[in-house]
This record gives sequence, C-alpha cells and structure tokens, in this order.
Amino acid sequence: MTSVAAAADHAHHGETHELSFVRKYVFSTDHKVIGIQFLLMSLVFLFVGGLLAMLIRWQLGFPNEPIPGGAALPETMAPGGILLPEFYNSLVTMHGTFMIFFAIMPLLVGVFGNYLIPLKIGAPDMAFPRLNMWSFWVAVPAGILMLSGFFVEGGHAAAGWTSYAPLSAVSEYTGVSAGQKIWLLSIAILGLSSILGATNYITTVVQLRAPGMTWFRLPLSIWALFITAILVLLAIPILSGAAIMLFFDQTLGTHFFDPAGGGQPLLWQHLFWYFGHPEVYILILPAMGMVSDIIANGSRKPVFGYHSMVFAIIAIAFLGWIVWGHHMFQSGMNPRLGTGFMISTLLIAVPSAIKTFNWMGTMWLGSLRFHVPMLHAISFVAMFVIGGLSGMFMASTPVDIYIHDTYFIVAHIHYVLFGGSLFAIFGAVTYWYPKMFGRLMNPFWGKVHWLLTFVFFNCTFFPMHTLGVYGHMRRIYDPTQYEFLQPLMGINRFITISAFLLFASQIIFVVNFVMGWFRGARAGENPWEDNGLEWTVPSPPPHGNFATVPTVHHGPYEYSAPGVVEDYLPQNRPLPDGAGRDAR
Amino acid sequence: MTHAAAMRAPAGREMGAGVYNEKLGIWVFLGSEVMFFTALIGSYIILRFANPGAFAHPGKVLNIPITAINTFLLICSSVTMVKAFAAANMGDMGKMKLYLVATTLIGASFVGVQVYEYLHLIHAGFLPSGIREGSELAELAVAGELGLGSADPAVAGVYGSSFYTMTGFHGFHVTCGVVCMAYVTIKAFRGKYTQADHRGIEVVGLYWHFVDLVWIILFTIVYLV
Repeated sequence: MTSVAAAADHAHHGETHELSFVRKYVFSTDHKVIGIQFLLMSLVFLFVGGLLAMLIRWQLGFPNEPIPGGAALPETMAPGGILLPEFYNSLVTMHGTFMIFFAIMPLLVGVFGNYLIPLKIGAPDMAFPRLNMWSFWVAVPAGILMLSGFFVEGGHAAAGWTSYAPLSAVSEYTGVSAGQKIWLLSIAILGLSSILGATNYITTVVQLRAPGMTWFRLPLSIWALFITAILVLLAIPILSGAAIMLFFDQTLGTHFFDPAGGGQPLLWQHLFWYFGHPEVYILILPAMGMVSDIIANGSRKPVFGYHSMVFAIIAIAFLGWIVWGHHMFQSGMNPRLGTGFMISTLLIAVPSAIKTFNWMGTMWLGSLRFHVPMLHAISFVAMFVIGGLSGMFMASTPVDIYIHDTYFIVAHIHYVLFGGSLFAIFGAVTYWYPKMFGRLMNPFWGKVHWLLTFVFFNCTFFPMHTLGVYGHMRRIYDPTQYEFLQPLMGINRFITISAFLLFASQIIFVVNFVMGWFRGARAGENPWEDNGLEWTVPSPPPHGNFATVPTVHHGPYEYSAPGVVEDYLPQNRPLPDGAGRDAR
Repeated sequence: MTHAAAMRAPAGREMGAGVYNEKLGIWVFLGSEVMFFTALIGSYIILRFANPGAFAHPGKVLNIPITAINTFLLICSSVTMVKAFAAANMGDMGKMKLYLVATTLIGASFVGVQVYEYLHLIHAGFLPSGIREGSELAELAVAGELGLGSADPAVAGVYGSSFYTMTGFHGFHVTCGVVCMAYVTIKAFRGKYTQADHRGIEVVGLYWHFVDLVWIILFTIVYLV
C-alpha cells in the first residue's frame, strides 16, 4: 500500500485512533502541521536576521558610538557597546545567511510548498509524508548549529554570505576558524533538507493531482512552486558539493580553493554562483506565483495570460541556469565571457516583463478589492519593477564595473528580496492565515503594518542607490574613514533611522499574527471568495484534507464568469455550460 | 488498494508519470545526486586542466589492477541486483533472496577493498593534502618516477584532494547502498515482498545502478586517464 493510499485511507476511516501530542504537533507527518512548523521556525530566523541588520545599520549611521543597550553584548563582539570590525564582518555575513537560507527560502518553499501543494491540487497529503517530516527536522538542527556559531571562539563566519575563497578557506585571513566550519556544515545539512523537500514536492505535483486537475488548470502558485522545486533539486547539491570541498580545505588540508596549494579561488565563485543564481529565482518564483493568485482574487478577474505566465516561469527558471557569470564580471574571469553572460541576463527581462504586464493586465478594469494581501501583492509588483530595473544596470558590464560591490547592489537585492519576496510573503501569510488557523488577522492593523512597511522600506532602501552611485562600498565597517564618503553620512543616518522604524513596524505584524491566533474573527471556509480547492474544505482543514476526492472542472481563476451568480467559482464546481476548461 | 495495484501509479488521480510514487521519487532524487557528483567531477576536470603537472601518470600512484577487480565486483553486483528484481517479478522468492544476499555481500566487499586501498595509499604517503614529505611516494616523486610536473612532491596537492573527495563520496554512497540493501534483504527474508509488490527492491536497485554508473565514470577519469 502506498503511503498516499495510507493517508487517504486514514481520512476515510476518520480519526479511528487519536494521535499523541508529539505525533500530532512535533513529529507530525501532516503537511499542514509541517508547513506551520516551517512558518514559525523561519519567522524566528527572520527576526534574528532583522536584528543583525539593526546592528549593522547602527554602525553605518553612527560609527564608533556605543549602541543603546549594547553593553549587554560580550567583550568579544562590542566592548563598551561599540561594534568590533571583526564582529561587524560576522554580522554582515550572518544577516545574509539567515535571511536567505533560514528565512526567505523556508518561508517560500518550506511553508507554502508544504501547506499549499496538497491542498491546492486536491491531495490528502504529500507523496512521502515521513520524508516531509524529516525535511523539517533536518532543517531545525541546521538552524541551531548556525546560531551556535556566534558563541564559539573566534566568532561566527565572517567571509560574507558568499564565503569567497581563499578568504573563507584560510582561517588566518578572517581570524575565524570554528565559525566558518560551522557555517559550511550547517549549509550542507540544510541542503539535505531542501533536497528531500524538493523530491517530495515534485513527486506530489506529478502524481497526486485530483481528477480533472490537468497541468493547465493548476494555480500559478503551484506551477511556481513546482518549477522552484526543480531548481532546488538541481541547484542545492552544487552548493552542498562546494561547501563540502571548502570544509575539507579547512579540516583535511585539501587544496581545492587555496591557490597556494594549486587550487582555484575562481572555482569556488563559479560553483557558488552556479547554485546562487538559480537560488535567486528560488527566492522569487514562489512569490510571483502566490502574488498571481492574490491579484486575480483581488481583481475579481481571471489572470491575464495564464499560459504566458506559466511559460514565463519556465523561461525564467531555464535562463537562470546560464547567467551566473554576471556575479563575477569583476572577478578576473575572461572578460569576453562577460558579454555572453550580459546578454543572457538581459534576456531574463523579457519573461519578467511579461509577468509584470500580465499582473497589470489582470488588475486593469477589475473590480478591485484592496484587502491586505492585495495591498502587499501590488507592492510586490511595484517594488519588483524597481528591483528588476536596477538589475538591468548591474547586468550591463560597462555600468557594473562602476557600481560593482557598492550600495547599489545592496539596494537592488533588497528591492527584490524584501520589496519583492518579503512583501509577497506578508501577503501570502495574511491570505492563507485563515486557512491555517481558522481565524483572520485583523485587517485594520494589517493595513497599518502594510503602509508603515511600504513607506519605511522605501525610505531605507531607495537612498542606497544614491550611496552606491557615489561609490559607497558594500561591506565597509566605518564609512567616515574615507573623505569622499563623509558628505554621505546624512543619507546614512536617514537610512539607519528609517531602518529602525521599519523594524519597529514589524512588531505590528507579530502582534497581529499572535493575537489573530486567539482573538481573530472566525474565518469560515472561504473568507476571500477564492476558487482554489483549499477554500472548499473547513478552516483549518482536517487530517487528510478532503472528505471525498474532489473533481476539478476548470482553472483556478474563474472570477466573474458569465452565468454564475457569485463572482467566483471554486474549481470543484462546474461552469454553467458544464464544459471543462483550461485556466484562462 | 489490492496488492496487484501496488506497483502501478496511484489510482483515482490525474495521470502522472505512470509509475508508483516511490519510483518517481527515487528518479527525482537521483537527479540531485547527478548534480552533486557533477560539482565534484567538474571541479576535478577544472583543477586537472589548470594543473596538469599535479597529477601522476596512470598507475604510478593508484593501483589499477586492484581497482579494476573492484570495478568488476561492483558491475557483478549490478547484475545480481537485476537478477533479484527479475526473480521477484517471476515470483521466485527463493532466488530473489539469494541474489539480494549476493548483492549485499558483493557491495560490502567493494567497500572493503576500497578501505584496503585507502590504507595502502595513506601508508605509501598519498593523503588528501597531497604527497607526504619523506614518504615512499615522495622519494619516487623526487626521482621523477611518478610523472608529476615537478620534482617537488608538494605539487600533487590537488591530486590528493580530488581523488579522496570523489572516491570518498562514492564510497559513502556505496556504503549507504549496502545499508539499504541489507534492510531490503532482511525484509525479503521476513516475507514482506510478493510477486505483486516488491517496490522496495526496485527503488533500492535503481539507486544501486546509479552508484555503479558513477563508479564507472570515476574509474575511467581518475584511474585510467
């Protein structure tokens, strides 16, 4: 008997035996519980990453002034409340590491991959529920290990989130020995979790779609998560391999990346970015998919150009494999290669623009509902356009040579990763929160949180473009050391204050999230009047999800269909003419 | 679900890959394994082209005859694996158990020979960090017997690095395979597999053949070229 059949069987027989608390909420094999576990874990790491960013911003805005309350930090980090340069390097490294590997990636792939895939395709659970449990319980020790690096001798890894060799390979260069090894081990362990998860997602989407859920009736969120899972599956092992080789360089005395022993530092960069650029799309494609769902819902119209949206996702994922060299224009790589990488990178603008215009086309003449997820989704589109356009600057070699490794890249990555992915995550969490917990988050405070985040986000990150064009270096401990950066200190202070306010605004989200759990209004089955299969079952859905296997009649975006009384039509209800139909 | 249906795609679902979940799952997982070994083998190719002098002539450091026998062993284990699966398909459970035991034992002996090879190499002075100073191999290197680009044994650093990392990770995979094979064999002796449902054997078998294939590539590019 397959595990799926087992899960389905279980649902049919009802709760014949009550699971213990540990099996139900800790070592659960239910994809919904695992999704929520990932949500709580990654929100903790999102907070940790944010906290590190606040320390970085303090140092850049008020260099060599004691941090308020900084006396609590140990002598090895900030004697007298003033950050040490070595600790600053660790902060920069770990802010990037936590945000990318332990916050955004699990939030998009771990949380919504787990929670949405079985529900949206009409499956009782994942194809391999036990493997799914393992993918979470492998990620937790990886996270704890990564946190532990702060407390070892020599401090945490300090070679940047990219861990460029030989800086990372030779401990004398950064003064960090144990921290860097912990970093590599943790990344390799987390990679195993991602690979297990991706195997599960791919198998589930291929095998467990409900009858009638053809490929072109899949919601765009599922398409995006499916393509993302393929990227994870193929990209993460490259990072694991590279991390293990670097780990051996540090422990076994191998010479992969150390030029003194015949190794190739550029090899690390090639391996890292061969993983790293698909990773960029791992961090944005699921966001794009979920935003498509939310925008269609908020516009009460079918997604404009469903098929082109799907093909754009596939095109972005494919092109993502042949552009890694654009991270290395300045690395000493053959400059003629740069031209090829520049062209392939600029090509990505085409599918990205298709998606952007389709989102606008979806909203065009729709009867818009500005609910909180919709506000976040629209912000996603707007911020993604700014981040995408600044990406064009860096993709062009002549411009990149000038702005490379300046604050311009910091602005760019935050416009796509915070302005893009994180806005989508806020939207998606608010959107599926009622399904997860059965209660709604408070819409008023949701809007306040959105507005403050939107304003302070732009105040924080937009001026960074200016800093970058003036030549403000990306990883720099004390900008006042350089005369040409001194006139920019006003901007730096403005950014720091905005960043603190941005961080403070997130308290609203945390309180709203926690309060909604206890005090939120009862959501009912379908609070957003959406068409997805997950909205046809109770909130939260029972173990096994569907009482009977749903039959799917049409795509997920049949909003305002002619002849239907309501302006939505769940996928398991046939159209008035009775015809089955692809998504449109 | 009846046993006869167990080897087919999940029932009552939209048409997927036309195979049962575990079979698709292992193929997907092997996709990520391919990328992992690509990272290691690709790095080896780049390092070797960048430092041709770091790599000894074939057979000078590594023992080709022993490894060739080991390669033959691993290929034999793939044959017995196929035989076990075929016997299960035919419903000949006795033969299936016999071939599973054979596969496990041959696989374990491959690991054993590799451990012996490692010990021998380390004793001779070939380490992950290169050729140890003052060792037997270092003397040969100084005498120019190994075909290295320089008389200084330190030149062979990346040789040791890539050899041990690639063959080590392959050995680790074989070891995992032997553990899985032993698990499947024990299940077989407990009568858990039938002619209608022996998915575990097929899934472990697919992994086993993959590991075998990787070895054939590694043997060619690391030992023979």
